[in-house]
Amino acid sequence: MALVKLTTPIDEQTIRSLHVGDTVNITGRLYTGRDAVHHRIHTGTKPPVDLEGQIIYHCGPVMVKEGDQWVCKAAGPTTSSREEPYQWEVMRDYKIRGVIGKGGMGEKTLAACKEYGAVYLHAIGGAAQVCAASIKRVDGVDWMDLGSPEAIWHLWVEDFMAIVTMDAHGQSLHKNVFEDSKARLEAMKAH
Amino acid sequence: MSATAQNLESISPEATLFESILELIRRTSTQLPDDVVRAVTGARKNEAEGSNAEVALNVIGCNIGLARDSSLPLCQDTGTILFYVHTPAGYDQLAFEEIATEAVREATKKGYLRQNSVDSITGKNSGDNTGPGSPVFHFHQWREPHVEVKLMLKGGGCENMNVQYSLPHPDLGNRDLKGVENAILDCVLQAQGQGCGPGILGVCIGGDRGTGYGFAKEQLLRLLDDTNPDPVLAELEERVVEKANQSGIGPMGFGGKTTLLACKIGTRNRLPASFFVSIAYMCWAYRRRGAQLDLGGNVTEWLY
Repeated sequence: MALVKLTTPIDEQTIRSLHVGDTVNITGRLYTGRDAVHHRIHTGTKPPVDLEGQIIYHCGPVMVKEGDQWVCKAAGPTTSSREEPYQWEVMRDYKIRGVIGKGGMGEKTLAACKEYGAVYLHAIGGAAQVCAASIKRVDGVDWMDLGSPEAIWHLWVEDFMAIVTMDAHGQSLHKNVFEDSKARLEAMKAH
Repeated sequence: MSATAQNLESISPEATLFESILELIRRTSTQLPDDVVRAVTGARKNEAEGSNAEVALNVIGCNIGLARDSSLPLCQDTGTILFYVHTPAGYDQLAFEEIATEAVREATKKGYLRQNSVDSITGKNSGDNTGPGSPVFHFHQWREPHVEVKLMLKGGGCENMNVQYSLPHPDLGNRDLKGVENAILDCVLQAQGQGCGPGILGVCIGGDRGTGYGFAKEQLLRLLDDTNPDPVLAELEERVVEKANQSGIGPMGFGGKTTLLACKIGTRNRLPASFFVSIAYMCWAYRRRGAQLDLGGNVTEWLY
C-alpha cells in the first residue's frame, strides 16, 4: 500500500499504476458534481468545463459569499452509489480519471474504471473540516441554477487525502467487504 | 404602560428565544456531544495500527476538533433539521415555530447550515432551509414549568440507510426477538459504509409504518451510554452491537472492528396484523444537542 502524490490533470498510465489500499494526496483542480450534475449530463447536456484527466468530487459543500469571493465552509464527500447509473458514461465520454466520494460504487463503475482507466477514491465521510482544510481556493462555479449544494464548484486543493478503494484492475474493497461481512453475519444469524 | 415598556415586554422574549435557538443550531452543527466523542475516539484502540479503519477514526477525531475550534459545520450535510420541543400547557407553540424558523434562516446565512431544502418536483432550492416540511417540529406538552428543546441534524447519507421490515420475513424470521435481531443486522449489512459508519441505530419494534419510523428516530435522543430500562431490550441492544462489530464492515466500510457505536431500541404497541421493525441509521457525525429554556427564552441549562 503506497502513498502517492497526484497532480490534476492526471494521465491514464499514472491512474493504472494505482491499487486498492493506496493512499493518494491530490493537488490541483477538483470539480464537484453530484446527483443533479450527473443527471443533467446523462440527459445530454455537455459539461461546462473540460473534464479530461480531471477528478469529479461527489460533494455538496457549504459555501458562503464573503464580498466577491466564495468561501468554502465545509466540504466532505457525499454517498456515491446514487451516481452508479451515470458514472460509467461520464468516464467513457469525458475521460475523467477518477471520482472522489464515499461508500463506494457498483459493478458498472468498476467495469468502467478498468476499461477507460479510472479509480474510485474514498474520502472520509463526515470529515468536512479535514477536507475543507485542503481546499485552498474556490476558483469558480457553474450550473448554480441547480442550487448551491448541487452546482459544479471549481476547487483548488493541496494534499487532499483519499484512499483508493476501486482500481483500474477490477478490484473493489467494497465488494470484498460486502461478501466477507455477509458470510460472517450469516454465520451469526439467530435461529 | 408606555409604548417602550410594551415593546420591551413583547419583543424582548422573542429576541431572546431567537438568540437561544440560533446558538443551539450553531452548537449542534459544530460541536459533537461528549457521549459521541467518547464513543468514537474510544473505538480507535480497537483497530489495527496502520489500518484504513484506524486512519478513518483518526481523521474523524481530527475533524471533531477542527469543527469545534473553528465553529464550522462538522459535516457539510447539515441534514434534516428536527426540533423536539416540550412546552408547558398554554405556551404559544406557533410563536416558537415562527421564531425557530427565523433562527434557521439566520443560521443558513451564517453558514452553520447548508441550503438543504429542495422542492421535490421542480428541484428548486429555497436557499434558506425553509419550505413545506422544513424545518421539522415535534411538539409535546408536559407538566414542567419550563420549555425543553432538543435539536437533531440528520444527514441524508445516513437517512437513506433507514429501513423498515415487516415480519414474518422469508429470510429474516418470525415475529419474535430473533426475527427482530436478524432484521437489524440485515440493515447493518446493507448499509455497509454508505451511512458514514461507525453508525448508531435507533430502532422501533411495533407501531404503524409512520409512527414506527418516528419513534425509531426518537431513540437517537437517548445518551449513548445509557442502559435500556427494559432488560430484554437492553440485552438485545448489546447483542446487536456485538454481532455488528464482528461483521468486519468497520469504519466507512473499510473493514475493521468498529461498525456500530450503539443500538437503541424502543417499542410501540402494534396491531395484531402488523409487526414492523423500523430502523433509523445515524452516522458517526451524530449531531444532537438541547437546552432547557425559561419562559423568557433564556437558556437555563445546555443538554448533552
